[in-house]
Amino acid sequence: MFDKRLIREGRSVWRFLLLTISLSIGIALLAVAQAWFFSGVVSRVFLEGANLKETWNFLLMILAIIITRAIFQWGSEVAAFEVASYIKLNLRERLLKHIMSLGPLYTRGERSGELISTVIDGIEALEDYFSKYLPQLLLAAGIPLVILCFVFPRDWKSGGILLVTGPLIPIFMMLIGKLAEKKSLQQWKDLSWMSAHFLDILQGLTTLKVFGQAKNQTRVIERVSDSFRSSTLSVLRIAFLSAFMLEFLATISTALVAVTIGLRLVNGTLSYSSGLFLLLLAPEFYTPLRTLGLNFHAGLSGVNAAARIFEILDAPLQDENNDDQTVKTDIPGLSGNFRITFQDVSLTYQAGGTQVLKEINLSINSGEQIAIVGPSGGGKTSVAQLLLGFINPTAGNIQINGVSLDRISKEKLLNEIAYVPQNTYLFAGSVAENIRLGRLSAGFEDLVKAAQEASAHEFIMKLPEGYDTYLGEGGARLSGGQAQRIALARAFLKNAQLLILDEATSSLDLESEKYVQEALTRLLRGRTALIIAHRLDTVFQADRILVMDQGQIVEAGTHMELVREQGLYHSFLKEYRGEIG
Amino acid sequence: MKSTTWLIHMLLPYRRRIILALILSSLTITSHIGLMATSSYLLARAALHPPVLDLMVTIVGVRFFGISRAVFRYVERYVAHDVTFRVLSQIRVKFYQAIEPLAPARLLNFRSADLLRRIVADVEIQQNLFLRVMSPPIVALLVLSGYGFFLARYDLRFTAILAAGFLMAGLFIPWIIKSLSRGVGHSIVALKTKLNTQVADSLLGMTELVAYGQAQSQLMSVRHTNERLTDQQRRNARQTAFSSALTWMIGNLSMWFVLILGIILVEQGKLSGVNLGMLALGTLSSFEAIVPLAQVPHHLEQNQAAAERLLELIQAQPTVKDHQSMISIPKDMSLVFREVSFKYGEREPWALHRLSFKIPQRGKVAIVGASGAGKTSVVNLLLRFWEFDQGSIELGGHSLRDYSQQEARNYVGVVTQRTHIFNATIHENLLLANPEASDEEVKSAAQKAKLHDFIQSLPKGYDSFVGEGGFKLSGGQRQRLAIARVLLKNAPILILDEAMEGLDPITERDVWEEVYKLMEGRTTLVITHQLTGLEKMDEILVLDKGQVVERGKHGELLELNGVYRRLWNSRVG
Repeated sequence: MFDKRLIREGRSVWRFLLLTISLSIGIALLAVAQAWFFSGVVSRVFLEGANLKETWNFLLMILAIIITRAIFQWGSEVAAFEVASYIKLNLRERLLKHIMSLGPLYTRGERSGELISTVIDGIEALEDYFSKYLPQLLLAAGIPLVILCFVFPRDWKSGGILLVTGPLIPIFMMLIGKLAEKKSLQQWKDLSWMSAHFLDILQGLTTLKVFGQAKNQTRVIERVSDSFRSSTLSVLRIAFLSAFMLEFLATISTALVAVTIGLRLVNGTLSYSSGLFLLLLAPEFYTPLRTLGLNFHAGLSGVNAAARIFEILDAPLQDENNDDQTVKTDIPGLSGNFRITFQDVSLTYQAGGTQVLKEINLSINSGEQIAIVGPSGGGKTSVAQLLLGFINPTAGNIQINGVSLDRISKEKLLNEIAYVPQNTYLFAGSVAENIRLGRLSAGFEDLVKAAQEASAHEFIMKLPEGYDTYLGEGGARLSGGQAQRIALARAFLKNAQLLILDEATSSLDLESEKYVQEALTRLLRGRTALIIAHRLDTVFQADRILVMDQGQIVEAGTHMELVREQGLYHSFLKEYRGEIG
Repeated sequence: MKSTTWLIHMLLPYRRRIILALILSSLTITSHIGLMATSSYLLARAALHPPVLDLMVTIVGVRFFGISRAVFRYVERYVAHDVTFRVLSQIRVKFYQAIEPLAPARLLNFRSADLLRRIVADVEIQQNLFLRVMSPPIVALLVLSGYGFFLARYDLRFTAILAAGFLMAGLFIPWIIKSLSRGVGHSIVALKTKLNTQVADSLLGMTELVAYGQAQSQLMSVRHTNERLTDQQRRNARQTAFSSALTWMIGNLSMWFVLILGIILVEQGKLSGVNLGMLALGTLSSFEAIVPLAQVPHHLEQNQAAAERLLELIQAQPTVKDHQSMISIPKDMSLVFREVSFKYGEREPWALHRLSFKIPQRGKVAIVGASGAGKTSVVNLLLRFWEFDQGSIELGGHSLRDYSQQEARNYVGVVTQRTHIFNATIHENLLLANPEASDEEVKSAAQKAKLHDFIQSLPKGYDSFVGEGGFKLSGGQRQRLAIARVLLKNAPILILDEAMEGLDPITERDVWEEVYKLMEGRTTLVITHQLTGLEKMDEILVLDKGQVVERGKHGELLELNGVYRRLWNSRVG
């Protein structure tokens, strides 16, 4: 509950943290003063028959204390917010930056959803940890001690009751909290299990209807929901028990203090005003402990969220040495003649996993257009990912003009490459913003020109607001072919020497198909290209074709050479073209 | 407003438990008042040095309240949560019953997993309905009348002070804060959505961002949104802090006024000094009932918004309705589309335009075309998920509209990549197709679909969990599961809807063998954009933008040298 790394985050805002705590201690001292004046007034009116005039000064003091306390309370909450917000802002940025540095491969697949929710909700969960739990933890230790300093000199018995019961609260809280934590984790699992079940049925509704089982699910939902209720309640009973103990200890000891003081008053060994003062201090003694108990959950979810956040932050970056001195910046890059070579390159995504690439050797010379074909899972996309520096080879070496890839500034390298991935991602933003991704500094005219070359201009003009049409969730929906032409427009705008193209596998409508093909031909003209090919047209045009299967290049050559070889390429063609190939 | 009535309607069946929870909650706060009031009364009495026996009743009172508060709190929590979960369960069932007829036509716009999750979250948020919205105001009112009545026994003006304080802290302050924070709440929600979108963009579109060197500028814009969000949250936090400080202050001020009034009354001899501390401290304690009120508008807004989103779905009308008293029995298993036209919405283009074809009993017809050509619409119409606009569809010599939705579906088996695999055992996933099937029948279907050996290799065999919570099935295995389901259902009409999508050529060839067997003796409609395995078709329709552009047998179409030929030539692994 006292995560060291989380606390370290708090260092940079120690001033606000200190302000929160000092104000809270100020509030506690004011509470003591208020209790003292209150008991003084009541005692003088009740026992000495003082009238309003005689007690007026005391009453005004109480009024002043009430107002000051309210101001302090406001201030301490505001300061606590500042602590939390600064840490949230900072940590969220660091987290996102780190994930981005980890690269596209880290976020692939189903992981992205969980990562998004960690960046958004996980960080948000830290707010209560820093604004409520952490200050309260320190206050729960400090304020009761301050109160005791006032209680003991007046009545050691009451002080004793407080001193004995006070520590019991955190102890019980920890004992029951541990139990409840385990149980509430279980309950949380149950809850997410039930949500998942509900979601499962909703997602499978069409399938259920096809088989005529949809109506029957009502009973299932009722049953699941109900069994969840009874299991949750049996779990919650324990969680409520901690609240019960918290409440019970605080109230029963207040009652004990009251009775003890009462008996001493009867004996005359204590003055009425002191007695009332002590009675009023008892709740003040327990309040910080109870508040801590109430915020226990906030602390718990904060620590849990932090565990996941730091786990991500601890994931090692691909190439930490990229900022080192070893990186040469004077590499001529890809502007002139260049030669990219893969030497015995092997790749495994996870240690112990299967080899995706096995000792690949290949070279790309400037001006060449190379197509890679082969069955899915053959390692085609991995070649592109290696060249883009998204991942480093497990073994072997990739060189550009004889310089190892890991010694070339990644940023500079990517500047010279235009990459068109298999599935175009459209960002939330206008069409123009989406194309401008290719080159941020591009003027509108360049943008339109790129769109025209990508055969995208016409359909863009037909959209409701042309280039200003909003894309992304809730915006205009583009067909696969249209999205692909936006991606091509990005590549045109970037105007890089080397083009890496991962063709889309899903088929396009006939019109798009034609336009995409035209645009591609224009784009490839005069450029060096590595194409992961799914269409025969592209393959025919290539200078060289590499056939990949199970992580290896099994055949290489021009179309005609490969057809003559009668190997995998040949049978591939046959598979798709019947006997004609 | 409508959503509020609906929510109250959901609570009504549990009114007894609700009343019990409310009473218990009020008693919890009353115990707190009682503890502070009797304690100070005890002290005041003791200060007059009476015999200890005279104090016994008061001492018992103090001890009673010292214990009762915790007990009441415990029972109250239990009862309140019990009610809450019952209500949630009720909402879930009502919600499911309402949306079941809507799927999939009316749910088309709600397809994304994100929205389905919101449906789950919107139900879940109703947890707050009783605990945080309904209960606090009623409890505050009960406490006000209870303690107000007690105060009235001494002087009516005490009650007036209490009521004024409750009114100020319970109604006036929440109202002020709400009107102050109206803009803030909205912009926080908007900025959070924006932040969410930007973060999702950063992660999902990272390939593009990194490849185009835009990672840095994306981070900058996320930071900008984050800062703006923080500014709004700061305003919100200050207002919340202001409201809680003010609420606290009003409680103390009420005590202060009660004290002053008390002093005046003591001075005038109308009140015994013994009661002075008791009345003032009791008043302060009673404001515990006010604390949760500050959050009521906030939670109410959330609950209403969520309820409205639920109601929007619940009150939607299904697209396809069954006519009454339709008992049609098909003469044979032929299928006819006559000049069928269909669009998904008023302003949408034709998804299908004057589509005509006929599949005789045991005939085999394929519809090919690129995505968006209208192939899936044919399936949607056949399964009566949508209503077509013009033309007619006949099944076994009767109009499709003469069958109930369920009957029509009973005759059709669909093999599709989109087959949902439920988070359940393989056995349960198969049984879905025919709940009455015996274990033997299930096993035999799996054997025919060549799935049996794989299932046997799993640790728990047919009882192994699949889907999200268990084994992931490969593309080919999903297909085989779908085939086994159709075998179990034993429907006379078979639809293969993009059944081979995403399979590599080797697996595809294997699965085709199973599919050919499945076709035997069945009327078959194949929907695909891949042109493999179509040689055996009686007729192939080439669809583009909802219209048939070419039709004929495989060989004929190739010779035509048109669209079909181009599709045929264009693909490679």
